[in-house]
Amino acid sequence: MNTFLQLVVNGLGKGAVFALLALGFVIIFKATEVVNFAHGSLVLFGGYLVVVTRDALGWVGASLVGIVSAGLLALAVERLLLSRSRHADANSLALLTIGVDVIVTEEIVRRLGVTLPFLGDAWDAKPFQLGGITLFRTHLVALGVAAVLITAFWLAFKYSNWGVAMRAQAENREAAALMGIRSSRVTATAWLVAGLLAGVAVLFIATQDFSGAGLSRGTHSIALAAFPAAILGGLDSTAGAVVGGLVVGLVEALSAQYVSFDFSKSAVFLVMLVVLVVRPSGLFGTRERTRV
Amino acid sequence: MSDSAVSEVDAPAEPQSPPRPRRDLAKPVRAVAWLALLVVLLALPLYLDAAWLKAGQYMMIGAVGAIGLTLVVGQAGQLSLAHAFFLLAGGTAYSVLSGPTGDDRVVGFGLDPGLSLLGAVVVAALLGLAFAPVAGRLRGIYLGVASLALVFLGLYFGQSAEELTGGTSTGRTPAPFSLFGFPFTNDGPEISLLGVPIRQAERTWYLFLLLTVVAFVVARGAVRGRVGRSWRAVRDNEAAAAVMGVSVMRAKAGAFAVSSAYGGLAGAMTVLWFDILKPDESEFGTYGINVSIAYLAMVIIGGLGSVSGALVGALIVNGLPQVLALYSADLGWFSGTGDGALTPILVSSFVYGAAIVLVVLFEPGGLAAIGRRITRKTQEEK
Repeated sequence: MNTFLQLVVNGLGKGAVFALLALGFVIIFKATEVVNFAHGSLVLFGGYLVVVTRDALGWVGASLVGIVSAGLLALAVERLLLSRSRHADANSLALLTIGVDVIVTEEIVRRLGVTLPFLGDAWDAKPFQLGGITLFRTHLVALGVAAVLITAFWLAFKYSNWGVAMRAQAENREAAALMGIRSSRVTATAWLVAGLLAGVAVLFIATQDFSGAGLSRGTHSIALAAFPAAILGGLDSTAGAVVGGLVVGLVEALSAQYVSFDFSKSAVFLVMLVVLVVRPSGLFGTRERTRV
Repeated sequence: MSDSAVSEVDAPAEPQSPPRPRRDLAKPVRAVAWLALLVVLLALPLYLDAAWLKAGQYMMIGAVGAIGLTLVVGQAGQLSLAHAFFLLAGGTAYSVLSGPTGDDRVVGFGLDPGLSLLGAVVVAALLGLAFAPVAGRLRGIYLGVASLALVFLGLYFGQSAEELTGGTSTGRTPAPFSLFGFPFTNDGPEISLLGVPIRQAERTWYLFLLLTVVAFVVARGAVRGRVGRSWRAVRDNEAAAAVMGVSVMRAKAGAFAVSSAYGGLAGAMTVLWFDILKPDESEFGTYGINVSIAYLAMVIIGGLGSVSGALVGALIVNGLPQVLALYSADLGWFSGTGDGALTPILVSSFVYGAAIVLVVLFEPGGLAAIGRRITRKTQEEK
């Protein structure tokens, strides 16, 4: 029972990070209907800047630089590439982000070479005991940070002007534009916010507790596990992103323990497949309807 | 993928009246051009040495795989990121079917290699069909990520089914290819053509060329026929296609199965090319997600749905690392090793990443659209 409890706590801690990433997919998808395949490279980019600047700035300063630069890269991708090709449909733009992802990822992996630095210096990496359960600090910090950020996002989405504009645009692009909502500003902010969340997520991913490996190509593929999280929750549902993230974290932790470590990566995708067969638009996604 | 995808069949129709007699010239000219290309490809082994032939073979593997992917992504409008899985499936099927019996480490059926190649295609197609019920329910990006699941399942399969795949550490050697007892190795009858000995590299070149030509002709036939029309109808509007009497589920399943059959063939070719089947240890490798993306890149760069575009895409994406590697020895490029070295593979990743971005931004029809525009221009100037 203790093992199980421990796995649940670890799974939720990981899941919180996946939720941050999945929320990034969902925000971008809601605002632009584009699926951002470059999300993994945003994660790597933020992490790389933390590594580069942390000798000069310390962990807190470097983390801020990393988070902000991941956000700015996302913003740059949107402003420089996507906003310039309005004639292309959302699917082509998703393919475009694959191109961006290949370039950024290859360059950062090349720069990293064989050094695979860990990012989580701010808190003690030593696990501690609580009522017979061994807990990792990274998971607890991740849970806390994710809870705060997701609540803040949800409040902003519900009550701020930006949230209203965003929801209006997600509902109906043309109508929102006619009502005076600046579509380009909403889109740009969505990308910025998604990038910032990716920058926060990497601080947890490239740690001893989370992946056991430092910043590397593997970090990119962990970020990829947020894909099934976003999809199984439903690409246009913010609540779905959170639920999807937690499900992915739990499935990964439990299957790694009870089946095998090798299987845990595919287990996540398998669960997603099952959910999709039953509900083709994810758990909370809007069903697509065709009008004939 | 639906609206912006322009296939060769969908090219804006020229005004029908007044009739333009010059249009009739285009067809024979194009046929002659294809024939000339074929003659050049047939003659190349007489002039190139083995290393270049090897590079050419790799491009042909890419061509076969990309043709298959362009059918499902461009023609039928279903995003698939599963191509690497079908490569692994085809390669494994070939190795198992043709493998020697009585090896206690790996399973083998000792079948004729030619038959095993066919078997690999069939196995991959069946796996594609098995995924069809899932594919049929999903659309667009949901399908793309769902198909990504197959790549991860393939990774696990490669790691755990060691009797079939040989395991990640050692892999297994496939039976060398032979057709009706004629070996495609350095053994067997000594043949020479115009003073050039036709050995393994040359023989494999001709084998791969034959497979590529067959793959190309079949795909062109499918695209131009009834099947292709039903695929495009489903791509453009499922509801309208259903109203017109197209069985949407069948068209989708068919496109997926055909594309995975191509993937399986490319996988068997890959195993023969490497002379080893070695499943990946991580999701980045010979059968990993980056390979799926590379094949998608070929299709996008070539122009979604265009069969000849897929050939050009394969030439760029699969050819560039090979050509750069061959040239680098002469030019002294990429001599750096270790940390941060620029390798031919890295450089070509940059090139095709940039190519995807540029194609989507400036020419959504891909290189095929540029080619089409050039032929139209030259015809008008005549």
